[in-house]
Amino acid sequence: MAEGQVIDGIYFNEVIEDAGLDEGTKKLTPEKIERVINDVLKGETGARLKTYVDTCIHCGLCSNACHYYLSRDKDPTYSPAGKVKQTMWEMIKKKGRVSPTFMKRASQIASTQCCVCMRCAMYCPFGIDIAYIMSVVRRICHLLGITPLYIQDTAHSHAVTMNQMWVKNDEWPDTLQWQEDEAREEIPTTRIPLEKEGADIMYSVIGPEPKFLAQLLYQAAIIFEVAGLSWTMPATPGWDNSDMAMYTMDSEIMGRVKRVHFETARRLRVKKIVMGECGHAFRSVYDRGNRWLGWKMHPFYIEHAIEFYYNLLKSGKIKIAKKYEEPVTLHDPCNVMRGRGLYEMARYVVSEMCADFRDMQPNREHNYCCCAGGGVINCGPPYKMTRMLGNRVKAEQIAATGAKVVIAPCHNCHSGLEDIVSHYKLGTHVKFISDILYEVMEKPGAV
Amino acid sequence: MIDINSWDWDTGEKLVADTGGWKDKFEWVEEFQAGPDGEKVAAIVKSGEGEFSVCVNGEPWENTFDKIWHLRFGPDGRLTCIVQTEMEWTVAVDGQTWENTFGYVMEVKFSEDGKNICAFIQQDGQYGAATNGEPWENLYSDMTVFAITPDGQHTAGAVRPEPLGEGEIFKFQDGCYTVAVDGKAWDKKFVNVWHMTFSPDGKKLAVEARSNLYDYTIVVDGVSWSESFPCVWEPIFNPKTGAIVAPVRTAGEWTLAQDGKIMWDRFFVQCWHQMFSPDASKLAAIVAPKYGRWTVAVDGRPWGTTFGDMVTDAVFSPDGTRIAAVGKEDYDWSVIVNDTVWPDTYDVVWRPVFSPDSQNIAIKVEKDGLQTILMNGRPWKRECEAVWDPVFSPDGSKMLVRSIENGKYHRRILPITEITG
Repeated sequence: MAEGQVIDGIYFNEVIEDAGLDEGTKKLTPEKIERVINDVLKGETGARLKTYVDTCIHCGLCSNACHYYLSRDKDPTYSPAGKVKQTMWEMIKKKGRVSPTFMKRASQIASTQCCVCMRCAMYCPFGIDIAYIMSVVRRICHLLGITPLYIQDTAHSHAVTMNQMWVKNDEWPDTLQWQEDEAREEIPTTRIPLEKEGADIMYSVIGPEPKFLAQLLYQAAIIFEVAGLSWTMPATPGWDNSDMAMYTMDSEIMGRVKRVHFETARRLRVKKIVMGECGHAFRSVYDRGNRWLGWKMHPFYIEHAIEFYYNLLKSGKIKIAKKYEEPVTLHDPCNVMRGRGLYEMARYVVSEMCADFRDMQPNREHNYCCCAGGGVINCGPPYKMTRMLGNRVKAEQIAATGAKVVIAPCHNCHSGLEDIVSHYKLGTHVKFISDILYEVMEKPGAV
Repeated sequence: MIDINSWDWDTGEKLVADTGGWKDKFEWVEEFQAGPDGEKVAAIVKSGEGEFSVCVNGEPWENTFDKIWHLRFGPDGRLTCIVQTEMEWTVAVDGQTWENTFGYVMEVKFSEDGKNICAFIQQDGQYGAATNGEPWENLYSDMTVFAITPDGQHTAGAVRPEPLGEGEIFKFQDGCYTVAVDGKAWDKKFVNVWHMTFSPDGKKLAVEARSNLYDYTIVVDGVSWSESFPCVWEPIFNPKTGAIVAPVRTAGEWTLAQDGKIMWDRFFVQCWHQMFSPDASKLAAIVAPKYGRWTVAVDGRPWGTTFGDMVTDAVFSPDGTRIAAVGKEDYDWSVIVNDTVWPDTYDVVWRPVFSPDSQNIAIKVEKDGLQTILMNGRPWKRECEAVWDPVFSPDGSKMLVRSIENGKYHRRILPITEITG
């Protein structure tokens, strides 16, 4: 990654090779750019974007909210308002008459230098949602065919398989049955009930769990077994609650993926959906995909894993055998903390499980983003240093706690923080809540 | 279709099995399944160390397997499940396995008469379908959707004939997917192929497809509609004319199109699950007439009653004069018939069942963990651990109710007046 170059008269704060952007940009024409921008502005944005653009007084108070800006020594090109200036304001001002190179930079900024974490909206005196504006930029880039390659490939996976990781129809139930076998070595009565119509709960997870993190399915099976719950997992597409098409702004695929998820819950006649520890998936089911389909909320009660564990511990269905001793801190994932307000539940769960909990500063809805969310980590290896250099403040936050373990109840946060911990040599481990809960809970029936 | 005239419609009550006692015979008993005529109840059971079987009316199959899942009765009453022995998977039918085995079996579908059993299979990393154990001659490097004709004589899937490498986004966008019918792929490829529907006679196949990242259309036997849309949902056939109807999105709103042409004069926030009345004179769909509200629209005209969570499982009466559907508001489920909501709400409501004369509607419901049958809004007097969908007798005067109460599985034939009064 090279920094600070002017290309075709456009300043790039980072110069990165990405075939999705490079090849896509070659196919652009000024006419196509102008048409697509104006189609989106007129047909898809309406009063919301106009209000935001007309209301902003360019005060820059959003800047200090952004982890990229703070971590990049207050380089104004990384400030939220600066990102809007380099993208949407120019598109509007020039009525869509911007160059292919401008659009390439716009895509890079919107997709990799903004995690759509919405922290800046809290610091804007008018509450302008810059994440929304960046999402509109991503939408325009999607329609122009200039989306970073790795996340575009992931959106293709969603379109074909309805899951994030190209997991094939046989691989999913086969993996569940394998993890069920493994779990029976520990508690012989453990089941992962497939396609159990009328169960109370449909448990849904994201594609990386069967692909790389099958132990999380094992742990979930043990937790459900010990808690004695009526639950099921679908054997069909619809099991994956994640949705990177939400972040490429291929809204039609986002809606299709979410529809399959809800239709699967409907088919199984469950009473609620419990989701694993993922933030963006929660946003896609709870906020974005459901609303694109026409729901104000969602057709089934959606319970994120944090709330699920909270209820299990509060009700005594899961009991703690011995608290986790090492000092831990908690990363507040944007989508379930700022987005859903689960921070007190998360703190209850962590305090119940762990003897030495040390909060980060700032925390709760003010916590800094992991710099992996919003699809940024899904843009792949070309942007790893974008994430590392763009989130020094998170490393400093973690280091200041002195904790040995960072609990991150979100997949993207988890992966992103592992990179941060490694890059800044923090000497900490990153764990999911379920990693620790599984370790410290009582397990009646275990052999 | 199954001829239910041959079923026993005279015996009022039959205790078929002491299902509660099964757990004393086996290490564990999984979910119960009841046969369509009510004469059998079955469950997957753990019969020994690492050994599973199927128990039917208290008697286990002679065969045991390493793994069993997806236990289901077919329409003709044969009991099927997906089984694994020595790392090979196949389908067992009434305890007898298909001769062929596979790397995996993902799904089983039945013809309407139950005679043909079709499976979505993987063998040596290649994907396709098998009918009564016989796989397609050609399998594919990927298959994502599986469909069969009503008579089960033909099977189809959304297939990818060639490998697609990680990150090959431009190859993907050129179109890598198509449809294979009985293993033979269409010539034309698409970016995506999704839901597929055979015509009632099984001679035509209509599918949802995306021809590039932005244009969606319906493809019939390999030929796309001349119109494309920003999004479409699954197509259906008009049972009388053979015309194809699908929900389409245009300018941010949804409506129905027939053979590519917009057919309703009204647009909705959402529109899906369209269905023709049996005589095809009416066309209904589940719609959102305004943001966040759901109902049924008949020939483009929405009902006045709406629900916030969802409307689902809309069903036309046999005479086409009535539609029953399930509505959900604030997580409470209820039943709506011709725009009138039945009084009580439930934790879950299943699909409505009309009597042959269209006069009565019976539905399985659940509240506080107990299940029963509702008829015309009135609950059956018994609350059960489990009930299955009710079945009306051919003359509509009686109803087959399959239930488990106090650990006992009963088959009952009730005069419908027992519930309606």
